[in-house]
Amino acid sequence: MSQDAKPAPVMATEAWEDGLSDLLHSTFNTADTTAILKRETFRGQAFATTAADAFHPVIAWLRDTQNFDYLVDLTAVDHPSDPLCFELVAILYSFASNRRIRIKTFFDAESKPASLTNLYEAANWLEREVFDMFGIQFEGHPNLKRILMPDDWQGHPLLKERSIVDMDQDWVQKHLGIESGQ
Amino acid sequence: MTNHLETSEMLLNMGPQHPSTHGVLRLVLKLDGERVKAVECVIGYLHRGVEKIGENRTYMQFAPYVDRMDYISAVSNGLGYCLAVEQLIGAEAPPRAQIVRVLFAELNRIASHLLWLGTSALDLGAMTALFYTMREREEVLKIFENYCGARLTTHAFRIGGLQYELHDTFEAETRAFSEMFKKRLDEYEKLLTKNPIWVERLKGVGILTAEECKSYAVSGPMLRAAGVNWDLRKAQPYSGYEQFDFEIPVLHGADSYDRYRIRIEEMRQSLRIIDQALERIPSGAIMAKVPKVLKPAPGEVYVSIEAPKGELGYYIVSDGSLHPYRLRVRPPSFVNLASLEKMAVGALVADVVAIIGTIDIVLGEVDR
Repeated sequence: MSQDAKPAPVMATEAWEDGLSDLLHSTFNTADTTAILKRETFRGQAFATTAADAFHPVIAWLRDTQNFDYLVDLTAVDHPSDPLCFELVAILYSFASNRRIRIKTFFDAESKPASLTNLYEAANWLEREVFDMFGIQFEGHPNLKRILMPDDWQGHPLLKERSIVDMDQDWVQKHLGIESGQ
Repeated sequence: MTNHLETSEMLLNMGPQHPSTHGVLRLVLKLDGERVKAVECVIGYLHRGVEKIGENRTYMQFAPYVDRMDYISAVSNGLGYCLAVEQLIGAEAPPRAQIVRVLFAELNRIASHLLWLGTSALDLGAMTALFYTMREREEVLKIFENYCGARLTTHAFRIGGLQYELHDTFEAETRAFSEMFKKRLDEYEKLLTKNPIWVERLKGVGILTAEECKSYAVSGPMLRAAGVNWDLRKAQPYSGYEQFDFEIPVLHGADSYDRYRIRIEEMRQSLRIIDQALERIPSGAIMAKVPKVLKPAPGEVYVSIEAPKGELGYYIVSDGSLHPYRLRVRPPSFVNLASLEKMAVGALVADVVAIIGTIDIVLGEVDR
């Protein structure tokens, strides 16, 4: 890998190896609506990007008809320079076919994605962590509150606008009795 | 959990400084007498922002940090991270490095299960087991120390292979340990497996069925104790695990007792892997050709391994710069712990201690 060369995007838009990609496409993309925006592979790993409002239905469909009965992980990525600044990533696994896929979606700061808690119990804590770290609100979550940071902490640490030394100074002074944690 | 209380109910705070919570886990128990009506886990006391640190370090600088998450099995954390970055840059460790990685990962699995066994038995009043298991774990830690100078946070692997060649006495030490440990495992079983108090405290306690395990995304020994034959070393082999002859123990009790038996059996299987690996350490390079300054092309990967506690995954997003754009750790302890709020309902307070014990959590990894 040369240091000077500008890294080329290697993510290829191509069909996945098996029929799932096409099935996903034919089930959700009709003449008037495009729910599956992209299907990609990178380093042999398959992932699809859905429209924001299709995220929950696509995952529900994968769970109910394709045996993706295991929510491995749910997390987010912050892209502050884009209008659709939040990316939500769900990693699903199927015991029956021993395969993993990633479903992603992009949405703006005002949107509230539908909670996956009615599909997977695991989504409860994972969504709480995403809320805690990014401030993303999930519609329909039974108990959406902070999980790792203190309840009365201000700010969401994993947002890009937060530097690594940023902290809630008021909280630190009030609870730890020190001027600064730095 | 609602804060509304009937007149017969009370709230009890357990932890964060309670010895049986294995660190700084706080539980708020809603009790009716000795019965648990509801549980709420309060975590985050050990939150250090590992994922944020990852975004602010280069790929190589971040490697030692992962050892500080599940510090009981630092080798596994390092293995997962190295594999994830290698996948991202399209590199592969040479065969010699892969076998050495397997050896250390399995030794670490034994060390992790030993610490679990000793402390969980201690929680339930069986004090003897702790002294036995710590004695044997010490032998594993000595091998680590002789290899890389560190006992717990080893940072044993590098992206692309290993930094150090094996030390001269490694094979003799590991063989001696394997020989000795087979007999010691039988001793533990004599102490505990049919011990009426041990059985009484664990059997039928903390039941989580296979369906519930899947819904809660529980992985590792807990899942296998519920009858699901699933281990990433077999299901999606990495580091050459497919070359080894070993079995995945599966039981169907779905309770704390079967989780104990699974872990004992896993240690036996780890010994089998270690014995086979010792026979076939190839000669050759220990490092692949990896650039000194890592600048992976834009892309994203999710790579996971079977850590002693379950599926440990790294989701890394690269934007082509020196630092990961996003580095997410999928911690097995965090996900497994979430199921406690289900398992503990209806149990006695003393059972909660047993259930926390057999989930096998490390708060360094839960909180990150």
